[in-house]
Amino acid sequence: MRRYVVRRLLLLVPVLLGVSVIIFMVLHLSPGDPAEIMLGSQATQADLERLRAELGLNEPLHVQYVHWLGLVARGDLGRSIWMKRPVLGEVLGRFKATLILTGAGLVLSTVIGLALGIASAVRPNSLLDRLSAVASLFGASMPVFWLGIVLMVIFALWLGWLPASGMFAPYGGGDLWDLLVHLALPAVTLAAASVTIIARLTRSTMLETLGQDYIRTARAKGVVERAVVLRHGLKNALIPIVTVVGVQAGYLLGGAVLTETVFAWPGVGTLMVQGILARDFPLVQGCVLVVALSFVLINLVVDLLYAWLDPRIRYE
Amino acid sequence: MSVRVARVGDPIVRAADASRFRRGIGRIARRDRLAVAAGIVLLAAVLVALLAPWLPLLDPDTVDTPNRLRPPLSPGHRFGTDEFGRDLLARLIWGARVSLLAGVASAGAAMVIGVTLGVLGGFYTGWVETLVMRLTDILMAFPYILLAIAIVAGLGPGLRNAMIAIAIVGFPLYTRLVRGVVLSLREREFVEAARALGATDPLILGRHILPHLVSPLIVAFSLDVGAKILATAGLSFLGLGTQPPTADWGSMLATGRQFVVLSPHVVLLPGLAIFVIVLALNMVGDALRDLFDPRTHTR
Repeated sequence: MRRYVVRRLLLLVPVLLGVSVIIFMVLHLSPGDPAEIMLGSQATQADLERLRAELGLNEPLHVQYVHWLGLVARGDLGRSIWMKRPVLGEVLGRFKATLILTGAGLVLSTVIGLALGIASAVRPNSLLDRLSAVASLFGASMPVFWLGIVLMVIFALWLGWLPASGMFAPYGGGDLWDLLVHLALPAVTLAAASVTIIARLTRSTMLETLGQDYIRTARAKGVVERAVVLRHGLKNALIPIVTVVGVQAGYLLGGAVLTETVFAWPGVGTLMVQGILARDFPLVQGCVLVVALSFVLINLVVDLLYAWLDPRIRYE
Repeated sequence: MSVRVARVGDPIVRAADASRFRRGIGRIARRDRLAVAAGIVLLAAVLVALLAPWLPLLDPDTVDTPNRLRPPLSPGHRFGTDEFGRDLLARLIWGARVSLLAGVASAGAAMVIGVTLGVLGGFYTGWVETLVMRLTDILMAFPYILLAIAIVAGLGPGLRNAMIAIAIVGFPLYTRLVRGVVLSLREREFVEAARALGATDPLILGRHILPHLVSPLIVAFSLDVGAKILATAGLSFLGLGTQPPTADWGSMLATGRQFVVLSPHVVLLPGLAIFVIVLALNMVGDALRDLFDPRTHTR
């Protein structure tokens, strides 16, 4: 296992370097002077010169990159031009909200997806199975942001059961219940597409596992059906499921950007979109960096998790 | 005595393929009526979008503030009007042109880049393979939509840039798919035989390898267009894609959002349009997959 971990960690180095190059290049993708783009056409020559000096824009590109990478490695993501504050603090402050939303979406989609998938596999072609197949097709075809708006209109504006936006009530809120109430709609919106993917995969893997000889043996031994399905079936079907849940975790992290915008959730996604519209490159780079790093980290954890679950993977 | 072996492009093989294909279509038409209905919906949408300039529609960009936010079935505005009094039916149909074109063009561009790199990475070992695979690894180290947003941030908001970003983000999918197929074909006897007969690399690729890629690519593309329509609509929704006053389904949703309480149709209709088209694409894609690869039949 240790050799596998070391090899997997070494593989991380080129990926992280590549990620850093792409994020660095974001600033230089558009034709023209980045300083002028950021400060707009009203900026004076002195302002432009000051920003160029601050960001090192007068240096050759590779020098700029090495300099930037050095700063990033020390946790200095620069200053936001729009908010005039260090980027790292801003992004990390907002990242907590994104993590809460993504985590809630992941828990929801995994629990419901597993339950639906197992129920469909135990009774294939039942009404539930058919409904879940239709729902998965719908889930893959529905724009997340549209679903969010529809849910918001129904549950927040028409029925008035849940708050329409934000993370806490502006007055008198701030406790756990307030957070959960605000979290409900965005988390359901975010989880919707993943639920159907996890449910379909769980179903097909479980169907395959339940057709194995050892399941028949377990049944012949007189093991209770519940234990056959959960202990013998689900445990062996778990590896592909863990993979897809891991993939979904990353997907949810990305999908959170759109969901946050719909529900004005104060996460990295809304911050990044505001940053783009304000042409605040250091802020955008900081947001992308933090989310991409967590995505890489999630993938690493998933890889290690299934090497641990399935010893065969370690020896490949 | 020379033995002639039928090849992929030969008339006899083509005829057999065509007849199998027709039987397959017939089978799907009988079994999967929904997929046929989806195909018809799709065809109708494409036709209407293409014929938009000649249809008896109001101008999609003409502002008519006295008639703003009219509900559907209002006189003169069958689908109602938006917050500037612009005719929603006209905007939906003109928006269909933008959304469909964006989906097809960005999926097409992603496919061309992805297939080229996938063939190179699968056929040539050594540094080409390493370079291609590391590039896809790096691009896949980002959440899909996040990378697209980052690229648009660099290039600047706008439909063209959004499409470029989505194509860049989308090509690793094709690269992986194609590389896998090419890798398995590279070692097969018929490629070895062709090489032994002195065939050059381009000939082997063109005659023996590319024909095998056609059906997986048709399936992947048909499913991918829907995903790309969703992605461009998402970017437009964030204000990073189509810029006003041009109508596209994502930006219509974004601007209509503020009026959703009084006039839900302003948001419901463009969302429904995206949903129906992407659903139809997914159903047709699934049916095509069943047609080309019977092993993947859902149980």
